[in-house]
Amino acid sequence: MRNIQKLCVSAIFTMGASAAFSQSGQMSMPHSITAGASFSIPTSGTGTGVLYITGPGQALRRDVQLGQPVAFTQGDLYCAGHYLATLVVGASTGTEEFDVIPASRPKTLSFLARPSRISIDLHDGISGAAYVFDAYDNLITQPLPVSFVLSGQYGAAQSRTITTRNGVAWTGMDSTSKLGKAKFVAQAGGISSTRVIDLVPGDPCGLTISARQNGAKLLVETSPVHDCKGNPIPDGTIVTFTEAINGVQSTADVPIKQGIARVELPAQSGATISAASGVVAGNAIHWGGR
Amino acid sequence: MNKGGLLAISVGVATAALVTIGTLWPVASAAAYAGGGEVFRPSSTPQAAAENLGTQIHIQNWEGAYNNLANKAEFTEPEFLRDLKGYALSLRTYATLDSFEVRPLHQSADDAEVVMKMRWSSVVGSFEDTRNLHLTKIGDRWAVNWPLVKEENAPPQVIPVNYLRWDVIYRGPGDDWGAQGVEAPHVRIVDMHPVSRAEGVMIMGELLNEDVVPAFVSVRATLLGKNGSPLAREDSFDLISHTLLPKQVTPFVVRFPGMDLSQVGSIHMDPMSVLVAASADPVVEVQNQQYNPGPVASLSGQLSNQSGQTVNVAHVLSTFYDKNGQVVWVGSKYIDRALQPQIPVDFRIPVPEDLARKISNQRTIVSTFSSGSSL
Repeated sequence: MRNIQKLCVSAIFTMGASAAFSQSGQMSMPHSITAGASFSIPTSGTGTGVLYITGPGQALRRDVQLGQPVAFTQGDLYCAGHYLATLVVGASTGTEEFDVIPASRPKTLSFLARPSRISIDLHDGISGAAYVFDAYDNLITQPLPVSFVLSGQYGAAQSRTITTRNGVAWTGMDSTSKLGKAKFVAQAGGISSTRVIDLVPGDPCGLTISARQNGAKLLVETSPVHDCKGNPIPDGTIVTFTEAINGVQSTADVPIKQGIARVELPAQSGATISAASGVVAGNAIHWGGR
Repeated sequence: MNKGGLLAISVGVATAALVTIGTLWPVASAAAYAGGGEVFRPSSTPQAAAENLGTQIHIQNWEGAYNNLANKAEFTEPEFLRDLKGYALSLRTYATLDSFEVRPLHQSADDAEVVMKMRWSSVVGSFEDTRNLHLTKIGDRWAVNWPLVKEENAPPQVIPVNYLRWDVIYRGPGDDWGAQGVEAPHVRIVDMHPVSRAEGVMIMGELLNEDVVPAFVSVRATLLGKNGSPLAREDSFDLISHTLLPKQVTPFVVRFPGMDLSQVGSIHMDPMSVLVAASADPVVEVQNQQYNPGPVASLSGQLSNQSGQTVNVAHVLSTFYDKNGQVVWVGSKYIDRALQPQIPVDFRIPVPEDLARKISNQRTIVSTFSSGSSL
């Protein structure tokens, strides 16, 4: 009951204010204004007043000569959102609501491409999301076509065109089977943004080692280490060498250098030498008999 | 006067009295450590002579310790000091002798053998140094023949190093918000095993860097109760090799002191990784690893630095597996001496007696720090 009374009082006050406002001055706001565009608000009546425009990102104040339009130049009102215009004339106040909408022409494109580094040959492993903004960094919520192109050093480029929904367009792409740097480009309305995706090899495949006597030591080295698609495993990748004989073991974590990992181990007849990289095991060698 | 004032005056008077007594009649050892008196006994027995040497080392009176040695003509005082404190920067350099113990082995009229076990305190814990001392009688006093251990050095040579390192350019403050940062390395826990020990719950496992870039890694574990509410959260501290090169595997241990596994409903594991600049060198080979199941179970072996630079601090981490390949224990040992190029250094990692028989295999890695390296 108390709430209903409040609503009534509010309604009466609003009606009273409108009545007072209509006696002294009026403005006619457009329903929507393009962000950053110049516009004017016609007013009627006599005397002077003050116009306040308040919204989510801006607040403007203008002295008004009633009967004359209030002019706003390009760039005065640029933050998109829902606004309230308040015209104060003496003791009376009148308000109108309007929207500032983003410009339809894109100016910048924020492009999120993930991940920046990915193993080769993964379906839908790369995702791209493009956010389209106007010249005043307002997200353009009108549907816009965005083209995504992923091109590597080898093979055909992958391309998709996606229409934005609520200002964003996203897609998934496959990583190619060859390593290297891939360019991932998003383009909308003549604006483009580029990201670089590092396509890296998968796990080593067919890890093989060989050994030869080198004085009192045994020089053990891998063949050039590749993944299952034939891409070379990058230098610095660790290969663990193990030599075992009669319950005694020697190990070394050795980085691949120039495509090959090599280590010197004690030359012991009957020893078993093996290698592994991560969770991938290589072949084993039995040195000197047995 | 209230009770508080009376108590304050009483405490003040008692303190002044104790300070006066301590100044006028100090305890002999305290006076010696303060540099104002003698704590040493006459070296009339081998035990007393060895203990005097230990005390000199304890109070870092290197000159006094050296001057009382019977064989000081065989080496200089700096060599004696380097034997105790290390030839290159290492954990020994800043270690202090915490305590020592002298045990007689044999004695005749003119010579004697004792064992001196020295316990040093370092920034990463304590380590022991045991020396067999030969003592000779000179006149009416005994003197120690110090068994100087000279560190070996590799002969002068050039060791070619195909230097391999990774540098990282991170995103800058001026970059667009959508600009991608460098992807954190992908790491994966490949094994995990919680155990309940007398000291609490321990979570042991192994972490793999499955990426092509180096990673700074850590593991965080959260114990959840039967109702899913968190009981405790801890990180792996030093029982992990924090810098992992591509495809490298490290063991890890997360300790929950005072917790019991019966309280735990589930465990949430959170491996963390950050892309860091790193170097692929030095390579340290772990040679002649031998597991000795008893009666004092341990893993022994040697570290051999295969690079040309000195490794100042080496941390050996061993993962012990049962016959099914399950991790049953992770042990570690800091090496107190620097690893000189190509010179093997022994290590020994103890294993709890109750687990000794379960162990059928082990894997050892070495985490290193070199002061001359920028990484």
